[in-house]
Amino acid sequence: MQTSTSWRSFRMAAWLGWVIESNWTDPFLFAVYSIVKPISGAAILVIMYGIISQGNFDSALFPYIYLGNAFYIYVGAVMTGVSWAVVDDREHYKTLKYMYIAPIHIPLYLLGRGVARFVTGSIAVFITILAGVLFLNVDINLAEVNWILFLTTLIVGVVMLALLGLLLAGLTLTLARHEGFIGEATAGALYIFSGAIFPLDVLPAWLRPIGYFMPTTYWLELLRRSLVGNVAQAFPTLANFSNVQILGIMLGLSLFFGVVSIYVFRWCDGIAREKGLIDRTTNY
Amino acid sequence: MEVVSKKYSHKNTGWRLFLSTIIARAYPRIIGQQREISWMVFEVVMPMLAVIAYVFVYRALNAPEEYIGFVVMGGAMTAFWMNILWSMSSQLYWEKEQGNLALYIMAPNSMMAILLGMALGGMLATAMRAIAVTLLGIWLFGVTFTVSSYLQLFLVFMLAMIALYGMGMMMASAFLMFGREAWHIANLAQEPIFLASGFYFPIKSLPFWVAAGASIIPLTLGMDAMRQLIFPTGVKFGFLTVQLEIAILAVLSVVFVVTAKVLLAYVEKLAVREGRITESRR
Repeated sequence: MQTSTSWRSFRMAAWLGWVIESNWTDPFLFAVYSIVKPISGAAILVIMYGIISQGNFDSALFPYIYLGNAFYIYVGAVMTGVSWAVVDDREHYKTLKYMYIAPIHIPLYLLGRGVARFVTGSIAVFITILAGVLFLNVDINLAEVNWILFLTTLIVGVVMLALLGLLLAGLTLTLARHEGFIGEATAGALYIFSGAIFPLDVLPAWLRPIGYFMPTTYWLELLRRSLVGNVAQAFPTLANFSNVQILGIMLGLSLFFGVVSIYVFRWCDGIAREKGLIDRTTNY
Repeated sequence: MEVVSKKYSHKNTGWRLFLSTIIARAYPRIIGQQREISWMVFEVVMPMLAVIAYVFVYRALNAPEEYIGFVVMGGAMTAFWMNILWSMSSQLYWEKEQGNLALYIMAPNSMMAILLGMALGGMLATAMRAIAVTLLGIWLFGVTFTVSSYLQLFLVFMLAMIALYGMGMMMASAFLMFGREAWHIANLAQEPIFLASGFYFPIKSLPFWVAAGASIIPLTLGMDAMRQLIFPTGVKFGFLTVQLEIAILAVLSVVFVVTAKVLLAYVEKLAVREGRITESRR
């Protein structure tokens, strides 16, 4: 019974999320909308890189920046996708209270709401990388890709991001007026501290430990290594670590943040229930 | 009773009503918004995160120092574009959702005055955020500015703001026609505009016709001219001459404000005739 409730909560939330995300327009416009934003973000970096390097896209730094930025789309999509469900349901549709009294599992419902953005994010990641391979000399040889490492890293990372989203959803439950900023601010900060678009060594030395503590740093590094191998290993930040060591660190940190996320969500959920915050709207 | 009737016996009409409406609508933006100080923190922090990321990309590429200045200036100007999208273009849509739009249209004041008040208040409040981003950029990255002509800089900035907020007023009426699309369209008009308008790199780097097309957005030419005026080597990155950019911005200002008035009149007519424009459909 418990399992079926959990699965039903997740499955229906995923469908609901997809409908909310996609049915405001026709499929063509929705596809354009889902792709144009991330492609534009990547194009800003490509132009910045192209101006300074005078069009030399063969440098190892380019695939580092390009792939890091492409996979970072998942961070914004999955993490904020989960936490935004609280804002959407509580403030916009005013349905969060009904979800709480319905026979569903709330954390799984919120995780399910992130699935739609995971799907659209995946399409954007694929198209961004494809554009890099076709037009910008990003050298990904499918025969040389370490697929096992890639898929393992991708799956662990997406689960880790979803759990971080749950942590943010918990915090969002207890906040008024700033809930919309929480996801974006966290994603923005991780963009800097995860070495997504520049090696961590560029950061001032006193800021680097923050990056070393973030699972996303190791996640992005492994994704790059699995796709472009030696190119990614050329940077000194994590050059001394093997793939297995980085995978171990990423799993450890993901587990740590996952457990913290679940406990923080439970704690915030308890506060929200006690203080009557579930149906509070601010009109902000 | 006599006191009450005396107080309310005087009613502004004509230009006095127009002016008091502008002030009344600007008030919540200039004064009210400052009461939520934490909002200001977020609105400064969010553009700063992008600025920091792009500055470190340029540092990783060993780019000349001017580019760091370009990024800081672009980051400061994003505050104005975000204000145009979320607090001008989408504003009448939000008002409709909350049920205020019908009151706006029924009240004896001009809708144009309401939009002007929104623009004036938004411009002043956003200027504070843009200044904060610039000061933070100067402090964090040691950016220096050397102004070659204060008069031209003032003219460029003011014309860019008039044209930009004129565009915002125009888009406010257009967004009202959209339903749930409004939110998504505002969301979509961020990164592509940051790209096309050259918020983080000189617009001259884009192909000529792309840059020319992007010049319809007043910030494109405004930023290009300001870069030429505040960085010693800025002229070599300029897309057009500052004088020409000033002239184009002046034309854009007139075009956008007049179009805003025409569109607004159309929306008001629709609201009265069809009674549909003010209904909230979630």
